[in-house]
Amino acid sequence: MNRTYYGKLIFELSKHGRVGYSLPQCEIKGYQLEDLGATYLRQTEPLLPECDELTVVRHYTNMSNNNFGVDTGFYPLGSCTMKYNPKLNEELCQLPGFNLHPMTPAQYAQGSLKLYDEVQKTLAEIAGLSRFTLNPYAGAHGELTGLMVIRSYHISRGDTQRTKIIVPDSAHGTNPASAAVCGLQIVEVKSLADGTVDVEALKPLLGPDIAGMMMTNPNTLGLFETKIPEIAKLVHECGGLMYYDGANLNPMLGVCRPGDMGFDVMHINLHKTFSTPHGGGGPGSGPVGVRKGLEQFLPNPQVVKGEGCYELHCDDESLGYISFFLGNFGIIIRAYAYLLSLGKENIPLAGKLSVLNANYIKESLRSHYNLPIDTICKHEFVFDGLREEYGGDHHAAEHVTTLDVAKRLLDYGFHAPTIYFPLLFHEAMMIEPTETESKETLDDFIAVMKQIAEEAKADPQLLKTSPHDTPVRRMDDVKAVKEPHFTYK
Amino acid sequence: MYKYFPHTADDIQQMLDIIGVRSLDDLYAEIPEEIKLHRELNLPSEKSEEEVRSIIQGLAAQNKPLICFAGAGSYDHYTPSVVPFIASRSEFSTSYTPYQAEISQGTLQYIFEYQTLMADLTGMDISNASMYDGTTATAEAMMMCIAAAKKRNRVLISQTMQPAVLAVVRTYAKFHGVDLVEVSEKDGVMDKDAARELIEQDDVAGLIVAQPNRYGLIEDFTGLADLCHEHKALLAVNTMASALAVLKSPGEWGADIACGDAQSLGIPMGYGGPYIGYLCTKEALVRKMPGRLVGATTDADGRRTFVLTMQAREQHIRREKATSNICTAQGFMCLYVACYLSLMGPKGMREVNEQSYASAHYLHDELLKTGKFEKVYDTAFLNEFTLHVKGNARKLREALAEKGYLLGVPTLFKSDCLTIASTERRTKQEIDNMIDLIKTTAL
Repeated sequence: MNRTYYGKLIFELSKHGRVGYSLPQCEIKGYQLEDLGATYLRQTEPLLPECDELTVVRHYTNMSNNNFGVDTGFYPLGSCTMKYNPKLNEELCQLPGFNLHPMTPAQYAQGSLKLYDEVQKTLAEIAGLSRFTLNPYAGAHGELTGLMVIRSYHISRGDTQRTKIIVPDSAHGTNPASAAVCGLQIVEVKSLADGTVDVEALKPLLGPDIAGMMMTNPNTLGLFETKIPEIAKLVHECGGLMYYDGANLNPMLGVCRPGDMGFDVMHINLHKTFSTPHGGGGPGSGPVGVRKGLEQFLPNPQVVKGEGCYELHCDDESLGYISFFLGNFGIIIRAYAYLLSLGKENIPLAGKLSVLNANYIKESLRSHYNLPIDTICKHEFVFDGLREEYGGDHHAAEHVTTLDVAKRLLDYGFHAPTIYFPLLFHEAMMIEPTETESKETLDDFIAVMKQIAEEAKADPQLLKTSPHDTPVRRMDDVKAVKEPHFTYK
Repeated sequence: MYKYFPHTADDIQQMLDIIGVRSLDDLYAEIPEEIKLHRELNLPSEKSEEEVRSIIQGLAAQNKPLICFAGAGSYDHYTPSVVPFIASRSEFSTSYTPYQAEISQGTLQYIFEYQTLMADLTGMDISNASMYDGTTATAEAMMMCIAAAKKRNRVLISQTMQPAVLAVVRTYAKFHGVDLVEVSEKDGVMDKDAARELIEQDDVAGLIVAQPNRYGLIEDFTGLADLCHEHKALLAVNTMASALAVLKSPGEWGADIACGDAQSLGIPMGYGGPYIGYLCTKEALVRKMPGRLVGATTDADGRRTFVLTMQAREQHIRREKATSNICTAQGFMCLYVACYLSLMGPKGMREVNEQSYASAHYLHDELLKTGKFEKVYDTAFLNEFTLHVKGNARKLREALAEKGYLLGVPTLFKSDCLTIASTERRTKQEIDNMIDLIKTTAL
């Protein structure tokens, strides 16, 4: 990453008369767009920039130099599974044979349809479920789709009063938000002091109005919910279905499958667990899997294997359409390359090494950071800020906060962990290293985290004014809201 | 070991020692044995790079890309080589949502540029940082109308909307509990009298219309915005993004929300994705807007910088009270759009539309000249149109596919009609060759 700030906008490089494209001369004469007339035509010319090709290339290259990605350095962002994005996957998704119009008749798209089916089958085996749709575009879109499956199931049985969904207080924010979009009321269940679901608090919530329960396991503290068989049994007994938020699937690969835990419906984030790039906020992919007996409710279109060839199928019982076509197909190709590469030997190893890495950091840093729950974690864990002897009393106004530590980390060339989530702890710092990081990288990170703790003790202002060595310094977030500028003027 | 895992056996042992457990399996000791998978996954063994390449190349070879005269929401436009080149920069692609703004100015800047470009094209004040696609962007527009209205739960949508958009909006409406009413069509465009009657009942939160519509026709929305606003309803216009450069913009029609798919701005057809949905609106509605938003501010040194802003609308803060559940959207595709529009500029966008217009109109006229097609509508169109086949449309489409041409898509609910599109990428020679084939094809 280049520490000199670039900061220009393309509009500032524009000069009237320049172009950055070339089109062939139009061979077809006698048709004029102006014939559409003033009623239909745009009255004002759009203010698009006018740039030559090199200007555009330099502009975006310079911008990229102010950006930090997994290819730049360690990215221990909890709950986001920032693992390495293999380059072979990038090569293969761009094969010209995959660039089809979505309405291409199925017989001319057999390769793509087969790939889709292979991925859905592979995910079903990994999840311990019956069938997957790959149509949802992202994790939250998968959650919404999965909840639609659950509602469709109840409605198909004439059970229309199940309009509530149980969500733990530690859940990802998308869980309650997806439930709300799906027209469900949220019932929150409390966590115990150890961060897991309180089964006794759950019991009185169960009844004939419960559509189901959403959980992620391991949960957002990185802890495996060991009471999951009992929880699933209770929810099933009351007539509800169990939804698995697959954001934290990575550590469970090949060890313990959501279907075997008792879940009926789940989504997987291909951009987390199966190595597709996060793209600065998408495109991701959020396939949804279901237990046997729920397949017909999956969204249309569905890819099915007919006689000797793959076909697109629309099921009357389906919840309907949730996407333009078969989802983010380019992402699905990348995930397939990853699944094929790793195979049955390495998929479980990915999970286990992610757990090893997380526990190694946790044990190495607990001397300097508060560890609220002292147990073996899975792929991630949460510190509750600096220990008092380094950062001061959490209740004191001038203590060194998690935000200060996060910003100081940027100076040392690391991305910050996820901060202030989950909400159970005031100074939460959620660390997820993933399996693709070496012991040397983790050791460097550990040393820097300890160094920062010492700095917090010796010179709190150094942290409070950090970062110092990044392309830009801390931003005025309040000004961004109070004097909003969402476009260049 | 394995190429994506750096751990040596020694590393693993040293790390286990620090943790205080004996084996990797001991890290899972708390999980009840009865739910563990006590077998290998039933999947193939690991494969080398060459093996994986060979398998996936084999699948790509089983596809047969056809010369594309289809649209219906996905268009085969020219993409300058710079766009995929820039998009291959992994500083952009391997980053996460730009929460740490100090090391994410690249992502934040291109999203800010994208927001500016889309707001300008749509004639709106603001754009968000992308939705999944045009179908879900329209569903979000519907939910925005409900959120902005006071105690109204009815949204109208034109039946002339692209079928894929209509289908997705219907699904969201069903589950979100929105009373979605479809406004009927008349002569291939929305029946404005039918819309007026419904709006005058004063219980409508918003009206969503299509431009160009599912038949490729350009609709006339004169007076529609005033009618909506008189009755406290919002007007949302769904437009294929490339057309925004030349057609009267949603802002010029007086719309409150503009939504649609921006695939037509430099993004490959890619069998349906990844694309990018856009959603733009007026400043007054910013707090009802779903998705991420990038704003300009200053840093501690007073420099102009960019941050994610107005996050109090979003799921990670507001949970079930958020404007939407969207988290990961299609952020990276903003880079495609920004880069594409920077290269094309106003002149390029005009030329693309002029050539697509000429190409589609030439094709339209040549198809009619074969005597095997007849007009269905007389309304103006841009680069997509609907014709009736004097015979079996499905058979004709199949016969042409065998020869390597994708002649449109079957028009929903209109037997033996095809909705056909062209772009600047289609040469006169390709059109003439296809016309020759059609002339010799029995219907």
